[in-house]
Amino acid sequence: MRYLPHTPEEIQKMSQAVGVRSPEELFEVIPQALRLKAPLELPKPLSEIDLVRHLKALGRKNETVDGAGSFLGGGAYHHYIPVAVSTITSRGEFMTSYTPYQPEISQGTLQAIFEFQTMIASLTGMDLANAGNYDGASALAEAVLMALRLTDPAKKTVLLAQSIHPDYRQVVKTYLSNIDCRIVEVPFGPDGRVDAAVLKKSLNDEVAVCCVQSPNAFGVVEEVAKLSAAVKGAGAMMVGCFSEAVSLGLLEPMGRQGADIVVGEGASFGNFLNLGGPYLGLFATKKEFVRQMPGRLVGETVDAEGKRGFVLVLSTREQHIRREKATSNICTNQALCALATTVYLSLLGPQGLQKLARINYSHAHYLREGLLKIPGVQRQFAGPHFNEFAVQLSKDPEEVLSKLRQKGILGGIALKSWAPGMERSLLVCATEMNSKAQMDDYVRAMREVL
Amino acid sequence: MNMIDKPKKAGPGKRGMIFAEPTIFERGAPGRQGYSLPEDEIPAADPAKEIDAALLRHEAPLLPEVSELDVVRHFTRLSQWNYSIDTGLTPLGSCTMKYNPKVNEEVARMSGFVKLHPQAPVADIQGALELMFHLQHYLAVISGMDAATLQPAAGAQGEFAGLLMIRAHHAAQGNPRKKILIPDSAHGTNPASAAACGYKVVTLKTGPDGVLSADAVAAAMDEETAGIMITNPNTLGLFETHMAEIAKLVHDKGGLVYCDGANQNALVGMARVGDMGVDVLHFNLHKTFTTPHGGGGPGSGAVAVKKVLEPYLPVPTVVRRGEHFDWDYDRPKSIGKVKAFFGNFGMLVRAYTYIREMGAEGLRQVSQRAVLNANYVRKSLEADFHLAYPQVCMHECVFSDKIQKKFGVTTADIAKRMMDYGYHPPTIYFPLVVPGALMVETTETESPQTLDRFIKAMKEIARECREEPETVKAAPHVPKVRRLDEVKAAKEPKFVYVPKNP
Amino acid sequence: MNFPEDLKYTTEHEWVRIEGDVATVGITDYAQEQLGDIVFVELPEEEETIDKGDTFGVVESTKSVSDLYVPLTGAVVETNDPLLDSPEIINEDPYGEGWMIRIKLKKPEEVKELLDAKAYQKLIEEEEEA
Repeated sequence: MRYLPHTPEEIQKMSQAVGVRSPEELFEVIPQALRLKAPLELPKPLSEIDLVRHLKALGRKNETVDGAGSFLGGGAYHHYIPVAVSTITSRGEFMTSYTPYQPEISQGTLQAIFEFQTMIASLTGMDLANAGNYDGASALAEAVLMALRLTDPAKKTVLLAQSIHPDYRQVVKTYLSNIDCRIVEVPFGPDGRVDAAVLKKSLNDEVAVCCVQSPNAFGVVEEVAKLSAAVKGAGAMMVGCFSEAVSLGLLEPMGRQGADIVVGEGASFGNFLNLGGPYLGLFATKKEFVRQMPGRLVGETVDAEGKRGFVLVLSTREQHIRREKATSNICTNQALCALATTVYLSLLGPQGLQKLARINYSHAHYLREGLLKIPGVQRQFAGPHFNEFAVQLSKDPEEVLSKLRQKGILGGIALKSWAPGMERSLLVCATEMNSKAQMDDYVRAMREVL
Repeated sequence: MNMIDKPKKAGPGKRGMIFAEPTIFERGAPGRQGYSLPEDEIPAADPAKEIDAALLRHEAPLLPEVSELDVVRHFTRLSQWNYSIDTGLTPLGSCTMKYNPKVNEEVARMSGFVKLHPQAPVADIQGALELMFHLQHYLAVISGMDAATLQPAAGAQGEFAGLLMIRAHHAAQGNPRKKILIPDSAHGTNPASAAACGYKVVTLKTGPDGVLSADAVAAAMDEETAGIMITNPNTLGLFETHMAEIAKLVHDKGGLVYCDGANQNALVGMARVGDMGVDVLHFNLHKTFTTPHGGGGPGSGAVAVKKVLEPYLPVPTVVRRGEHFDWDYDRPKSIGKVKAFFGNFGMLVRAYTYIREMGAEGLRQVSQRAVLNANYVRKSLEADFHLAYPQVCMHECVFSDKIQKKFGVTTADIAKRMMDYGYHPPTIYFPLVVPGALMVETTETESPQTLDRFIKAMKEIARECREEPETVKAAPHVPKVRRLDEVKAAKEPKFVYVPKNP
Repeated sequence: MNFPEDLKYTTEHEWVRIEGDVATVGITDYAQEQLGDIVFVELPEEEETIDKGDTFGVVESTKSVSDLYVPLTGAVVETNDPLLDSPEIINEDPYGEGWMIRIKLKKPEEVKELLDAKAYQKLIEEEEEA
């Protein structure tokens, strides 16, 4: 047992020093009846060689996005991650350090978070961002809770666009399940965008907050500024959310389109797909709302000698001090994922991110044009999209997907369960990882299948 | 002051080469880039043709303009300003900062795991599902429970999910109930999570012997109380000896017992909370099962439950159907989802790998040696620092600054001085029931030689507190920065870098 | 530490100065010292009615936060707004410029339940012991 350093002699000596015959004796504080009598029924221990062999074998039972031409999006996007990102995040000093409660010996983590906050605030068009939430979905739920704290307690309606990713909507419902409020879903129109007329009708003085996603669950870019104006006009708060962070390189930040809080999924910035986690919730807002913000925050200050340094600030909002009155129970910030994002965005720079976003846009555009030439494929929504889009098929999407899969292609996501009336809809995504040849193959395969 | 060179008798703390490094925004030059994008073979589509100009970004974002070397050097320098387990002993009580095996990292970064899309068909992720299915099972076995979910992203979210299940159970009986009992030694997340589930927190006082008495629970427990949240061993490092009786009292009134699994490192292989009347428990996989702390996440807060709560587990769970593994969404009583997709899968791979390496006997040795180490430290320092509860402890022990206060030195000063000697301070001022607490947990992965050096350093600090308190009060002297002005940070908040010439 | 004889005190470390039917409220020298550098204060709206035992605001240092408890039932007639921008005044002059609110009393008989300086000092000594 290589992780347990004690030799038998040392165990003996230490036991003596403590005044017991053996370590087992120390467990006599546990009442006899509560102690485990038989060994745990677990598989036999493995040596490192066997362990790696076993895990490799498990890994081989999976098909990665590299193996098959993958056109999957829907809240998780396949992007290239420069090697330097892992080089940095693998450093033990980052990977095995504690939460930076002791600033003098955590300046690395603290400064990196400060840089992260700066990047996210700028990308979202907000004054500030926190150090990170669990993922986009829980960040959205926390944003709704924050908005409810910031508005008149008499306002109890939460408007949730139906074009928000279904997992996100479900998480919001879970988080609000014991809060005195009412969730009303706002449908989308034929262009795939929030139905502005219905939204306007839903707005009344009961509404505390309205949430929209852009690009939304179907990849469609929402007219956030127009929606914000209506929402704010009714005295409610506006929350903007996104699941594809790379879109921030192309689209006007929602903070500049009237949103009070902008949240989203940051995994696209330097984090692996990882079957859905760990990911990174991004959370940005305006200065005046900071005291109601959930999660960790880093601020710049000076040390006793006047040197620049960084510390955690406004900790009194958090659970370890405020306990049941805290703004949230969260006590981690996905720090290593946030670090990956900081390194990734540093490598890209402003030009790189904008170019990458345009490449994504062009690829999706190219693929869409190819698919739409096929009889039996129709564009689902007229609204403009970023790197994913929905199409309507002449055949059952599940069947089509399974036939495509036989040709080595992960053709997209059937939208049947996402919203009513989408039995024939398929969500298709293309990123910089999808080459021209791959997309041409996909179009060819689709033509054969339909 | 000539104190900088002083604390070199014990401990590994030394001054090395420390690089100055500005923020990354102050590095580089306009137009420089550290990422190579492919020459695109696809004709560029003009977004302005379809997307309204008002919806397209007008200004470039504030991101650094640096080369790959600039980036690597910048973050490597930053990393060197951090203390970490890989650098030295991190004796943070209740945080279980044990060694994070490198093989875990290697396997978790295999492309067969990291490059899996959450929307992939189940046929394409059979290996991942198999791993999750077994991990669910191992966690249930280890804790003596019946089923588990791997979805919560961290311990705090596990608490939230666990309490929602308790609430759903009561609601199904016709009354969700109003209150939750929580001892005053609990982690702050406990009351915060209870509040998030709409429960009123009733705080129970820890008894004079450092554990919760059955009487205290009996007096507070009624049929409007949904249950109790209890940490066992508690944050004083003591086993809750009345656990079985407490569980019975709670169950007799129809309540359920929640166990905060933060301190499971003391119990693995030796005792199971499921045998003590616990109905729901969250694990912190980064504590007991060695996934790295990462400077504050990502964690994983798997939750194990007894049969009574199984119908309420978040969707989906992982099930086996014949030879195949699958997601199970058909759970009508489920509390729903607490995060998108299925959990922090990358962390699950690491925890699984660790359990497979250790096996049953390995895990049993973990808790034995963690408890041995803690008692060794307790015994070795009991003359130097006041022990809040002098009895045998489990995996951690709680000292205080009661002796040192006489010399005008506080826990915060002692903590800062430890940095000069080359150690991360312990958890301080927690649990709240011990004024000036110094909560020490060395974990099983530290050798007796490391402990002896640490003990020697602590004794030297105790001497300094008596003989030269000013040295301790001005600490730290060795790290990159001295004590930081937190008042300034709070009053003149700067959350983002502002370019000098925007 | 200073505990003026002419003031009344609460077990939650507020002080009260009674002038006619108006009570001025702040936190004691002991309380400000325990908190450390105060960086934030939250005060109630003027004219708000507050009941004894409720909270009327919050005071925070960088590491801790305390609720402020209403010592006497009444209506808030004045709040010390300069504290919102300069909360350090509470550390500097807790019994003077650091006052927080003035309450017009609805139940003057509650004054009898407050502690005098001697009783309050004894209370702190006990807290220190523990």
